[in-house]
Amino acid sequence: MSDNKTLIKGRTGDWEIVMGLEIHAQVASKAKLFSGAAVGFGAGPNEQVSLVDAGFPGMLPTLNKHCVEQAVKSGLGLKAQINLKSQFDRKNYFYPDLPTGYQISQLYHPIVGEGVVEVEAEDGSFFNVGIERLHLEQDAGKLIHDLSPTESYVDLNRAGTALMEIVSRPDIRTPEEAVAYVKKIRTILIYLGTCDGDMDKGNLRADVNVSVCRAGNYAKFKETGDFGFLGTRCEIKNVNSFRFISQAINYEARRQIEILEDGGSIIQETRLYDPTAGETRSMRSKEEAMDYRYFPDPDLLPLELEQAWIDEIKANLPELPDEKRRRLMADYGLSQYDAVVLISEQAKADYFEAAAKGRDAKLVSNWVTNEVSARLAADGKDFSENPLPAAHVAQLVELIETNVISSKIAKEVFDYVWNGEGSPAEVVEKHGLKQVTDTGAIEKAVDDIIAANPDKAAAVAEKPQALGWFVGQVMKATGGKANPAAVNDILKSKLGL
Amino acid sequence: MAIDAATVRKVAHLARIKTPEDRLEPLAQELNGILNWIEQLNEVDVQGVEPMTSNVAQPLRLREDVVTDGAKVDAVLSNAPKSADGFFVVPKVVD
Repeated sequence: MSDNKTLIKGRTGDWEIVMGLEIHAQVASKAKLFSGAAVGFGAGPNEQVSLVDAGFPGMLPTLNKHCVEQAVKSGLGLKAQINLKSQFDRKNYFYPDLPTGYQISQLYHPIVGEGVVEVEAEDGSFFNVGIERLHLEQDAGKLIHDLSPTESYVDLNRAGTALMEIVSRPDIRTPEEAVAYVKKIRTILIYLGTCDGDMDKGNLRADVNVSVCRAGNYAKFKETGDFGFLGTRCEIKNVNSFRFISQAINYEARRQIEILEDGGSIIQETRLYDPTAGETRSMRSKEEAMDYRYFPDPDLLPLELEQAWIDEIKANLPELPDEKRRRLMADYGLSQYDAVVLISEQAKADYFEAAAKGRDAKLVSNWVTNEVSARLAADGKDFSENPLPAAHVAQLVELIETNVISSKIAKEVFDYVWNGEGSPAEVVEKHGLKQVTDTGAIEKAVDDIIAANPDKAAAVAEKPQALGWFVGQVMKATGGKANPAAVNDILKSKLGL
Repeated sequence: MAIDAATVRKVAHLARIKTPEDRLEPLAQELNGILNWIEQLNEVDVQGVEPMTSNVAQPLRLREDVVTDGAKVDAVLSNAPKSADGFFVVPKVVD
């Protein structure tokens, strides 16, 4: 495990980074976790707030069954244990975005226990990240600081929205692995429909626990389970994009190594990543309030689930990314790389499958992951907003397979189709793009070019690489529509190669 | 478990309850009295007994995922010492 990519050079020797992540994923639901107020983005201030969310005296929380189901689904998607009995606790602290003075969470008995996630690394290899737990909790409200120089404005629309906190084991070793892990969790939740994964809206956020230790100590930790081999960790908050995750980890690891190499020690604390300055800084104000005095919420009985209900949810789970990847490789003969690219977005994989029926799957995969993806990206869209019917891609590939058009001309056809000129077959007809397979026409073009270039024709016997020049000329003469294989054959026979 | 004046000061601060210095020591004694009294419960052997979470055994009541509440900004803000444009307004919080 302790190969070179996980090592960081210091002045006094090599170091390793060890990370565990806490991902907060907003549960996709209509109403909040404990109230009937709406969940959503863009409503006017405090319009989506009930008296429960606002912490009015005497108001009692009632748990949203759908949010429980979403948490169970997510747990099953993480191959994790579902706890038939869980309990809600109060995490007590005062802050203006928390009207009740406590957050309802699940410290002692989370709804989901241990699991494991298989993550693809950039080099195509896989690594496993252990999941320690997934629990349900409430989100806080939002503070707005720029409406007044002396006051903060409070909007509680987000207060009480259901979150799933997914806590990983300290199994993550590089910034790239951290990013790949978050991407994988995000993809799984989107597949399951339990979180929309919209990081721009803050619907999926990550806190990163970073520590550093001397090279080799991580292996000793893995062997013994003794956390003494690991360094003191700092929790980095506010890393809400893949880019920031990577930047924040690099900065924080470097900061800790500097301190240790100067003979100092790391204080366990919460730090905030400042993307503008590209650094992390201490959140001392949070530290003071670290004593949360958790206790079981007396307003909520333990949550008990029926195994039969869980089995039913399990039976109705959609195909998950890993299963889909294996199936695409088995059913369509795709490479792992192609399959991984396709499953990264559920709608992309669906689109591929719709287009690939009965066609050359590798070719369809190339069109989907290259041309179609590039056009969508240029328009700032994803596959769920794809205007191009999958049948068009299927037809385009069919035209290539049946030698009606060459791959080169297919790009031109695709341009017309993307611009709404009709189906590939219509476009080929309309613009006269059919490949010339009529050997008579090709032979004529070949004869003309040989006749016009006797020197080159003579030289080609000595230098067979020069054939390429003739192919180019013939293609030019036929407007790119000549079948390249036929051109090659005819040229070779005419030039005596 | 003995509570001293410093612990009372800390707990009072965490609970945002203003407590004069001369009340810390008497409060510590009061709290110790309560804790010692509760401690007596530890004498009961509850080995193998499930914790009782409710006086009548009943499952946790759940709600359907339906929007039934909200859209009552005036009521929500009714107790706010200060509000503006639908927001609660509080002294500046910096972090």
